[in-house]
Amino acid sequence: MRQSGRIRPIGSDPRLLRIGHAAPESIGPMQLVFCVITPFLGAALAAWAARLGPNVAAWIAGAATLAAGGWLAQGAMDTFAGATLVERISWMPTVGLDLVFRLDGLGLLFALMILGIGFLIVLYARYYFSPQDPLGRFYCFMLLFMGSMLGLVLSENLIQLLIFWELTSLSSFLLISYWHQRAEARNGARMALAVTGMGGLALLGGVLLMGEIVGSYELSAVLAAGDLIRSHPLYLPMLVLILLGAFTKSAQFPFHFWLPNAMAAPTPVSAYLHSATMVKAGVFLLARLFPVLSGTAEWFWLVGLTGLLTLVIGAVIALFKHDLKGLLAYSTISHLGLITMLFGIGTPLAALAGVFHIINHATFKASLFMAAGIIDHETGTRDMRRINGLWGYMPYTATLAMVAAAAMAGVPLFNGFLSKELFFAEAVGVASLYRFGWLVPAAVTFAGIFAVAYSLRFVHDVFFNGKPVDLPRTPHEPPRWMKVPVEVLVAICILVGMLPALTVEPLLAVAAAGVLQGPLPDHNLAIWHGFSPALWMSVIALAGGGLVYLGRRPLFALADRVEGRFEARRGYDWLVAGVFTLTAWVTARLDTGSLQRMLLFFVLSALLLGLTGWWGQAVPLTGPRPLLPVGPAGGLAALGLMSTAVLVVVLHRQRLTALILLGAVGLGCALSFLYFSAPDLALTQLSVEVVTVILLLLALYFLPQTTPAESSRIRQGRDLLLALVAGGGAAALAWAVLTRPQASIADWFLANSLPGGGGTNVVNVILVDFRGYDTLGEITVLALAALGIYAMLEQLQLTGPARDDQGRPWDPDLHPAIMASLVRLLLPLALLVSVYILLRGHNQPGGGFIAGLITAVALIMQYLANGVAWTHARLPGDLHPLIGAGLLIATLTGLGSLLLGYPFLTSTFTHIHWPLGDFELASAMAFDLGVYLVVVGATLLILIHLGLVHDASHPSADQTADASGAD
Amino acid sequence: MEALLALIIGTLTACGVYLILRARTFPVVLGLTFLSYAVNLFLFAMGRLVVGRPPLIDPSAAAYTDPLPQALVLTAIVIGFAMTAFVIMLALKARAELGNDHVDGMHEP
Repeated sequence: MRQSGRIRPIGSDPRLLRIGHAAPESIGPMQLVFCVITPFLGAALAAWAARLGPNVAAWIAGAATLAAGGWLAQGAMDTFAGATLVERISWMPTVGLDLVFRLDGLGLLFALMILGIGFLIVLYARYYFSPQDPLGRFYCFMLLFMGSMLGLVLSENLIQLLIFWELTSLSSFLLISYWHQRAEARNGARMALAVTGMGGLALLGGVLLMGEIVGSYELSAVLAAGDLIRSHPLYLPMLVLILLGAFTKSAQFPFHFWLPNAMAAPTPVSAYLHSATMVKAGVFLLARLFPVLSGTAEWFWLVGLTGLLTLVIGAVIALFKHDLKGLLAYSTISHLGLITMLFGIGTPLAALAGVFHIINHATFKASLFMAAGIIDHETGTRDMRRINGLWGYMPYTATLAMVAAAAMAGVPLFNGFLSKELFFAEAVGVASLYRFGWLVPAAVTFAGIFAVAYSLRFVHDVFFNGKPVDLPRTPHEPPRWMKVPVEVLVAICILVGMLPALTVEPLLAVAAAGVLQGPLPDHNLAIWHGFSPALWMSVIALAGGGLVYLGRRPLFALADRVEGRFEARRGYDWLVAGVFTLTAWVTARLDTGSLQRMLLFFVLSALLLGLTGWWGQAVPLTGPRPLLPVGPAGGLAALGLMSTAVLVVVLHRQRLTALILLGAVGLGCALSFLYFSAPDLALTQLSVEVVTVILLLLALYFLPQTTPAESSRIRQGRDLLLALVAGGGAAALAWAVLTRPQASIADWFLANSLPGGGGTNVVNVILVDFRGYDTLGEITVLALAALGIYAMLEQLQLTGPARDDQGRPWDPDLHPAIMASLVRLLLPLALLVSVYILLRGHNQPGGGFIAGLITAVALIMQYLANGVAWTHARLPGDLHPLIGAGLLIATLTGLGSLLLGYPFLTSTFTHIHWPLGDFELASAMAFDLGVYLVVVGATLLILIHLGLVHDASHPSADQTADASGAD
Repeated sequence: MEALLALIIGTLTACGVYLILRARTFPVVLGLTFLSYAVNLFLFAMGRLVVGRPPLIDPSAAAYTDPLPQALVLTAIVIGFAMTAFVIMLALKARAELGNDHVDGMHEP
């Protein structure tokens, strides 16, 4: 027994091996794997179960979320103790590709947010959607997104992280375009996908550079190589590419415009994706790579400045948005800028504050989005100029929303205040470092003022400020369970805000340790820090925010006037339009709908590519390999072959003549194979030639018998020149290769064919054993081609000519008696030969391909000589089962070895003693039988159905066939 | 012998290229067949030319030719047939749908 799957002489690139061995080996229970897989399984189940009712889908989504949480919890205890859990599933070890998951503090924090808020969203969404909305689809997409997000935050391998990164982009596209009948949803989804997709591409570049620098894509190796990365000459390009990925995902200026447009999504989607998860993926990446990327001036300026700009711009625009969700979207942008800026500042305490604000922002923003969804749900609009005075209608919801808004504004006793204080303190710390450093706390306070102002507007405009204006519905309190998720989140806001040390401190500590990959800085999560500069900034922000809101009317008037003038999405629109124009221009130039022209371009570019490779190389055309002598027979045969080929071209207008000559060329090729020690190829070429000529003859019947002369002389001359150059190039290339010595991996096959594969015909052993997987693919292609042809012929109606091209009617004797009888006599003989060829194929020239072709030719001869009716009366005409059986046998042979614990398609063989001598029986023979059946079935299917088209076009043929068959 | 085979490959390529640039479907199919002959011979030639040493294991044989290109070309020949069949069916389909056998399907029958 032998394992053919193990030996792969090709593709063992030592550089890739190096990457594969960089990470520590750790094999443990697979709870992280299950944690990531569970939502994906739940997605399929929820989509299917939606037919049983919306509640079933919701229960499944909730159960999947809880189950994933259960798997996570098993590793969480170790993580709190400071351990990093790594789980590895070996996937393609030879090229260093493993599925590796990692759980440390940072991953745990994100996984908890994804699952926790995800669970609340499952509950909330059940009551948010109307009965017309397909809930199964929502839960399916949402669980897909949840799984992708979990995979992202729990990946140890950066390439794997990237795959999940792209999956979040794709699944969020599906979620944003949930109401796909609305144009704004489609546009918003497309914009989000385009922007984050481009960022993903940049990130791929950055990650590849990082892998090149470190020599590994595993986080544990990358995180240990900070100095190497920062001092590398490729640090800056790598940093820019990675930051492009993070900034597009986290909606940083100037890529922020996709987020407000993504508000066309249903509100549960916004609450989930655009507060706690998707947009946090970018800052997650910043946090994840913080230890290796931060600490340089480039990092400080790029990340810090982008964050600061986003913080200020988002806060200012948010105040002027009349759409409830638009305000929240810009506020989200602003808060993401805040977090980005904290990581940009780069001190350990700033990173800790960033992690803290990630938690706080997720809780208050998710609850605000949910509150906005309730308001939208109850009033039928999101326009704050119409929604006023809702306090009178839904005081309970109003209270919840006010608490969350206070957290967003940074009011003391709520969680947002704590992280904002830390942020202000860090901004003050920056001020002393640079000459105009005082600008930083000033700008930050300015943003803080606007944050208070827009939070005030959210509360005052919606719940007070007079009476509602012309609402589509009369609002009242929402269903009980729609409020529960908001209550939970608001409770967290208050608890964290009042008792930070008792509630969030352990999680924050372990998460920050995960970010820093080292000891934590001294920090104190107290509400009162004394009269520090940060406190004064808070006071200024609160007071200033109040003043700005009081003076809002002239500001609003100004904003309405400049509305739409400075929109970043204009640049996007311009870019997209430009790309469309460019592609249309290129397509119009290249694709004129003319095959001749396209083929001309094709040949020209192939020649050009070949020539550029050739040009300027000082390599002689002729190599040192000794040449074979030319015998008179060989020379004559070669001359005959070439002149026949030229004759085909000269006579190609006489199609029948050209076809017969083409057959002769094919036979010449078979002779070449035979002469140069390739008996298998010669046999294959010989039998394929017969089938091809028959096929083309059958087809030619329906086509004009001659080709009209319509190309101009100039065109013919041009094509001739091109053909000569191409032929010359091919000949030169062949000559250059043939005269050079060869280094081949053939020795391995020759040495292992008999001991490993049990056959002396090495070509056949390669086909059915060493490279059996390839052969399985090839016979599948053959089967598909046959089925495709069958499908094409089914609807085909063609009429053949009644006379030949010289005006003579066809011979009425379609099936001459002598030929018919002879062919019938030949059939058993031909079948015997093919069985013999099949059986001996493992040791002597032959095998499934050749035997199949011989059988097919023998059977087709019956059709040709005796007619379809006669043959169909004696042979089953349905060939699909034959093809299917062949593929099944070949696959089962492979699976059989899998069942016995060997890799797919491992062969086994034994010797049996027959009276005629020693005989080897290899399981590969069963595989070859499958090949044989597919070849017979596919060839016959193609030819017989083309023949049937003949009969349909030739009504008299059947009667003649019957007359002939009856005697 | 090497020069002759190189010439054969060159001739087959030249014939194939000339024919695929014709305006009617049948010559194009012939041209594709020529090109597959040329490609198959070329791939086969990557194992270099050896006379009288087929890759059949035999204790008395001193050396063998390279079996790997042969295995590759063998399936390529069969797949080439499937491709030819598919293309000629497309030609028939075009003839049935468009009423003529021009490759661009836009000239009168």
